Amino acid sequence: MNEAVVYNYKPVRGFAWSAVFWLVIGLVVGLWIAFELFNPALNITPWLSFGRLRVVHTNGLGLGFALAGVFSASYYMLQRLTRSPLAFPRLAQAHLYLFNTIIALAALSLFAGMNTTKEYAELEWPIDIGVVVVWVMFAVNVFGTLIKRREKQMYISLWYIIAMTVAIAILYIVNNLAIPVTLFKSYSVYAGANDANVEWWYGHNIVGFVFTVPILAMFYYFLPKATGLPIYSHRLSIVSFWALNFAYLWTGAHHLMLTPLPEWIQTVAMAFSIFMIAPSWGSVVNGYYTLQGNWDQMRSNYLVKFFIAGITFYGLQTLQGPLQGLRTINAFFHYTDWVVGHVHMGTMGWVTMIVSASFYYMIPNITNTVIYSIKLANIQFWLMLVGQVIWTSAMWIAGIQQGAMWKATNPDGSLMYNFLDTVASLYPYYQLRFAAGLIFFIGILIFVWNLFMTVRQQPRQAEA
Amino acid sequence: MGISSKPVVFALISTAVILIGTTVTVFIPLFMPSTQPVSAYIKPYTAVEQEGRDIYMREGCNNCHTQTVRPLRTEVLRYGEYSKPEEFAYDRPFLWGSRRTGPDLNRVGGKYPDSWHYTHFRSPQAMFQKSNMPPYAWLAKNRLDTSNSFKKTSVLGYGYSEREVQQQIDQYRSTVTNDSYPSKESRDKSTPSELRKELTEMDALVAYIQKLGRDVKNMEAGK
Repeated sequence: MNEAVVYNYKPVRGFAWSAVFWLVIGLVVGLWIAFELFNPALNITPWLSFGRLRVVHTNGLGLGFALAGVFSASYYMLQRLTRSPLAFPRLAQAHLYLFNTIIALAALSLFAGMNTTKEYAELEWPIDIGVVVVWVMFAVNVFGTLIKRREKQMYISLWYIIAMTVAIAILYIVNNLAIPVTLFKSYSVYAGANDANVEWWYGHNIVGFVFTVPILAMFYYFLPKATGLPIYSHRLSIVSFWALNFAYLWTGAHHLMLTPLPEWIQTVAMAFSIFMIAPSWGSVVNGYYTLQGNWDQMRSNYLVKFFIAGITFYGLQTLQGPLQGLRTINAFFHYTDWVVGHVHMGTMGWVTMIVSASFYYMIPNITNTVIYSIKLANIQFWLMLVGQVIWTSAMWIAGIQQGAMWKATNPDGSLMYNFLDTVASLYPYYQLRFAAGLIFFIGILIFVWNLFMTVRQQPRQAEA
Repeated sequence: MGISSKPVVFALISTAVILIGTTVTVFIPLFMPSTQPVSAYIKPYTAVEQEGRDIYMREGCNNCHTQTVRPLRTEVLRYGEYSKPEEFAYDRPFLWGSRRTGPDLNRVGGKYPDSWHYTHFRSPQAMFQKSNMPPYAWLAKNRLDTSNSFKKTSVLGYGYSEREVQQQIDQYRSTVTNDSYPSKESRDKSTPSELRKELTEMDALVAYIQKLGRDVKNMEAGK
């Protein structure tokens, strides 16, 4: 049964380095805009003004870093789990080049102010078409390889990859439908409340199907691989998978609480958001119980820390999210920095942790080396963890403070604070956030260095 | 389980499962007139206001400013009457936003004179020392490009003829360049002398800002 399969790792490597590249760029932009928020002097040119840079940050990390990381890990898992090489290796290579071209054009167009303003879908229509082409190229390899596969059963990670592949196609196309005016300008086909509803159905689920679904695929694959322990419950993973896929799509309108969107859509979103705790925690419990009886690996295996911290923040994220989606709680927290803290717990604490650990497992494996330095990986872990916890805590406190100041009234019923007072009171938190971001960024630089030094080593002798 | 060895069937079932919630909460509301009602008192943007809206989008103002006042006591106190769905019938895309780094703008139209906005856009810090809003002085140095204005309003279905669009542009130009324009002093201070007789991007942005919530205020006043 062990006939030699020659796997195609070129796109895996290419996308891994692309992910790391866009990660560094996206974080530099992130630090820049974090600084602008307490010192507007950094808004030097139109290209560097906050309104344009913020979308470079979100798109650079969401599309550039996360998607490249997902493509890299997907091409790896796809081949290993099917025990088959990629169906179309040259297509995968073209996918890599086109992807990076599109992301570079996307960044330039956002700098230049070509912005449709629909969050996480800001790209103008010609680039949208490029993104769709990139996605189709990926999908062709996913299904081509799955159809040709030699391993009959598809492991849970492949399910998540399939779900992501179809969901993102639907989300991206439906939300970006627009009528072009020129090559650089278009208008959404939807108006007002409908546009808002479509956008947040997209906005919430693009986060779900880029930052959750494929990251869970990595978690379910690389945790057992890194620990040598099988996943605790296959049945639990099946139930979680279908419940998550079903419920996620109903929840987008919790981003639109108390807006002019029809109330029933908001209420349905609220109910399904609470329901989402179940499938999310299904995966959390599955992760924890996988280590049952082997918790010593938390100490002896440096990768386990990344996975367990990551799934813990995923667990916290999926409790916080549904709770802040409740109408009364939302009335207080929405539009404040609380939500900014929430998002970054997911991206810094969950996505980046799991992608780091997956790369640390995958890269030495495909280059036939061992990790350059476990010590550096441990330092990276702590810098990322401490940076993220300070970052998000600062934003939560800032959010509570601003929410409270917006609501504060004098005994005569008048407002206690004007708007600017509430903004200026946040500057200390913004400075702390910048410092925390810097700590996290240093952790990421160590990660890049460690990966770079790993692949520079002489490959070990191929095993007989 | 059978389907875990059938990738195409698996993908089809996944798609169906994903489309259930999508259909109920997104697709069906698209075809319900009650989701985005229309009302006679809400007028579409003029060609100049629409150009201003496009600049608002280009500069990503929506990253820091919301345009929806929630029906909460302190919010209505701070910004004015809460937002109604009819107001957004012409908004493509919607610009409700998600974070209030700056204040909500859905009721800002008419709250301050044009001069206030010219001065504020030029340097928010000169007006409010502690503000973290980026300065937009350079908008007054850009001549407003109206070459696509008619095409834009036709795509958006505002129903203006090409002549009407030109009239709207000419009319707004003559308003802001007239010697009797009440905000002339602050406009001239922001605008380079060679552009003072023309429309700039800042003029359009001010026109757009002054439109926000204006129809609702007019309706309330007419009651």
